[in-house]
Amino acid sequence: MKNLTTLTIKEALIGLKKKEFTAVELTEAHIKAAEAARHLNCYITETFDLARKQAKESDARYAKGTAGLLDGIPVAMKDLFCTEGIQTTAASNILKGFKPPYESTVSANLWRDGATMLGKANLDEFAMGSSNTTSAFGNVINPWRSKNHDKPLVPGGSGGGSAAAVAARIAMGATGTDTGGSIRQPAAFCGIAGIKPTYGRCSRFGIVAFASSLDQAGPTARTSEDCALMLQSMAGYDPKDSTSVNRPVPEYSKSIGQSVKGLKVGVPKEYRIDGTNPEIIKLWEKGVQMMKDAGAEIVDVSLPHTKYALQTYYVIAPAECSSNLARYDGVRFGLRVEGDNLVDTYEKTRAEGFGKEVKRRILIGTYVLSAGYYDAYYNKARSVRKLIWQDFINAYQKCDVLLTPTVPTPAFAIGENMQDPVTMYLNDVFTIPASMAGMPGMSLPVGLSSDGLPLGLQLLGKPFDEETVFKVAHVIEKAANFTALPQSLMSKAA
Amino acid sequence: MAHALLKGETGDWEMVIGLEVHAQVLTKSKLFSGASADFGAAPNAQVSPIDAGMPGMLPVINKLCIEKAVRTGLGLNAKINMYSVFERKNYFYPDLPQGYQISQYQHPIVGEGIIEIDLPDGSIKKIGIERLHLEQDAGKSLHDQHPSKSYVDLNRSGNPLMEIVSKPDMNSAEEAAAYVTKLRAIVRYLDTCDGNMDEGSMRCDVNLSMRRPGAPLGTRCEIKNVNSIRFVQQAIEYEARRQIEVLEGGGKITQETRLFDTKNGTTRTMRSKEDAHDYRYFPDPDLLPLKLEQAFVDDIKKTLPELPDAKKKRFIDMGLSPYDASVLVAEKERADFYEKVADNNDPKLAANWVTTELAGALNKAGKALHDSPISAEKLGGLLKLIADNTISGKIAKEVFSEMFATGKDAAKIVDEKGLKQVTDTGTIEKLVNEVLAENPDKVAEYKAGKDKMFGFFVGQVLKRSGGKANPAMVNDLLKAKLGS
Repeated sequence: MKNLTTLTIKEALIGLKKKEFTAVELTEAHIKAAEAARHLNCYITETFDLARKQAKESDARYAKGTAGLLDGIPVAMKDLFCTEGIQTTAASNILKGFKPPYESTVSANLWRDGATMLGKANLDEFAMGSSNTTSAFGNVINPWRSKNHDKPLVPGGSGGGSAAAVAARIAMGATGTDTGGSIRQPAAFCGIAGIKPTYGRCSRFGIVAFASSLDQAGPTARTSEDCALMLQSMAGYDPKDSTSVNRPVPEYSKSIGQSVKGLKVGVPKEYRIDGTNPEIIKLWEKGVQMMKDAGAEIVDVSLPHTKYALQTYYVIAPAECSSNLARYDGVRFGLRVEGDNLVDTYEKTRAEGFGKEVKRRILIGTYVLSAGYYDAYYNKARSVRKLIWQDFINAYQKCDVLLTPTVPTPAFAIGENMQDPVTMYLNDVFTIPASMAGMPGMSLPVGLSSDGLPLGLQLLGKPFDEETVFKVAHVIEKAANFTALPQSLMSKAA
Repeated sequence: MAHALLKGETGDWEMVIGLEVHAQVLTKSKLFSGASADFGAAPNAQVSPIDAGMPGMLPVINKLCIEKAVRTGLGLNAKINMYSVFERKNYFYPDLPQGYQISQYQHPIVGEGIIEIDLPDGSIKKIGIERLHLEQDAGKSLHDQHPSKSYVDLNRSGNPLMEIVSKPDMNSAEEAAAYVTKLRAIVRYLDTCDGNMDEGSMRCDVNLSMRRPGAPLGTRCEIKNVNSIRFVQQAIEYEARRQIEVLEGGGKITQETRLFDTKNGTTRTMRSKEDAHDYRYFPDPDLLPLKLEQAFVDDIKKTLPELPDAKKKRFIDMGLSPYDASVLVAEKERADFYEKVADNNDPKLAANWVTTELAGALNKAGKALHDSPISAEKLGGLLKLIADNTISGKIAKEVFSEMFATGKDAAKIVDEKGLKQVTDTGTIEKLVNEVLAENPDKVAEYKAGKDKMFGFFVGQVLKRSGGKANPAMVNDLLKAKLGS
């Protein structure tokens, strides 16, 4: 039997339907691969027995002919999604051992459609980070290696565990959440696809909150079609989330294979910033050419407030996080470090429970919301955020979709960019504007750097027009024909 | 009513009072979760993961709370804001599970309004409403259950509250009491809050400052946790005297939050302005701004009941004294009871029976109106027997006592006991003749000019009839017989 871990979700679904293999076999193959790749530290909690049980149930459904959209597909669940009775940590000491008595809507949707869960994927603590080095459960290692040195590389963040698992073929797909690039940047670093849909498309119910006005769930997988299948399952209106939007979920997979002839693709000049790796600029130009070749029209557009997006983000996101993380006080769940009195208990619990980056953001957030600084920071940032949104709306008068790089650089070595948080924050400079505006954004693997590392391009769509994003993504995917594998897998194949 | 000024050592002082009333919205479930908002359950029995601030939980607005807040706003003659925003008020406390309270700050759902309060001397004063906003309640910390630990009960956490803020328009403890009384009546009429202060569904914070009459506003203190109308008065009276003492002693009032101690009726410092929290309000990103449609507000307007002031005016128009009218409308239950009694009866007579006879009997028996052994319909039945001369007013009181004791119908008691009034001229004339014949000396005295004797004859005739003779007929017959 062929190696089942090399299949895409689409291919696996066909194979399962044709009874070429069973869901149990598919799941076992991934469990075996995951056990062999434990050094990557992709999973905080492995749920292999649950996956086996779910796979068995899935096979029963295939036998009865009642299989769902993703029946039997083994996935990794970012450990920010609450899973009933299964430890949910947000990669933080403060939630170590926490077993929620409820299920997130997104994960429930996946189970409804028959997906099986291999485990809870590692991430940056509370999804705060761009390299998965802030996890209280250790950093994740990117399965890719540079041709030029032996240093282990970061998988990106915050969804490093999800992206590395999919790239290393130890999960067929994974859930992610994207607040400023946490799906797209790791996808680019790990050579896979990932989409953050429009804000409001997926329910946030049961997702441990980082910055509520920005957090949005989405899938990461190896192809745009696989992402389309997963998003179709994950998305939908949820009365339990007041910010989820009540509109029907299209059959996203139908967008795959459609022509882009006559489609207007915008290229924003503000994304040509200093410090961007020249190889990435070249890749971007290549992407533009691919679109032209496919019959699309290229339009130059301007998003003039792009340069303020990063700064604005680092006011809004910490402000919301400072409030969202107030509930971790040691009173009702999670870690409690007893102190001499109430305040002492709060201080000790939070000092021990939260890592450095989380504390930094709580402090920044508390500061920007404080009396005397509020107008200069928080209110100003909210005004600028509206301008950033308006930029996109204006641009979409002229084009249907935007094409940009995902990240300014390829994956860097673990330990790099750690001295100065701002350097680290710059990783998200291309992904943050769409987060601030709530627009859908997708990263695709398009080429390799001279170091042999994957490079990604980003597509940004109109609000709730994920269909166009998928349509364009598939065209680029076909043209790019990205077939490279992480070195670890190549050596195995050899 | 003129301002009640307080005399100090150095002259007169005027109180300036504003009240913040927290009224729990009368709904089955909480403001942002489906958990029950009922009072009195076992600790932590009514807590959803949302109320407990669990990770990933999100608030969803309870539409009924919005409806009731708008309804209350309309009842306060206030502006309904079609756009309002829920914000987070951030602070740490164990009974605040999310680490913030969801409240409304810059954009409340209800703006300025006005209500009229009824003062003891029968006069009316207008009190301005500053705003009404919706917010969630915190849980309850229990410090007396364990020698070294505190317990937290989250049943109350997330309960829907309307914070109703008055303008600083009150100048005496009586006015403050009248304001709370009126507010409570209004929310009860509207069915938006049960107004039960002893169960905490209405709670009150008092803002008080003192000034020389006509002078600019002084520095105010906020007194928290004043949870009955009596306590509102006590707290104000104590705090006013305290502030006068400080001011007259050459001191300054420091702006602070004070706590009312129900045990000794005093107030004490809770926290000073310097210790005041920086609540870091910001719009709750989990909730979109609340936008109302005019049709929604109009539909609520259509269902508004008659409110106390309108009802009072109608009662006065029916012939009641302003005093009786205010007593009756002060409680919706009492007004409803009265209206049933007055149905097809003389309104004034009905008012008397409800406010004096029934109120007195209930008071004596230690019973509330809703426990009354005599229903409104039955009391109305009694009054009808008076109106159609079946019994006299005097017999009616006897029947009333029997009704109160047994709960029986008036007509049945009258029937069983043979209390039906005697209106037969022949029978009464016979009694009159007997009395006059038995008292020739008294007749002589009367005829000699001792008019007072007339009352004696009436009394004797009534007595002889067992109280059943129609008094008017007795009068007429006696006059006819003696007048000759």
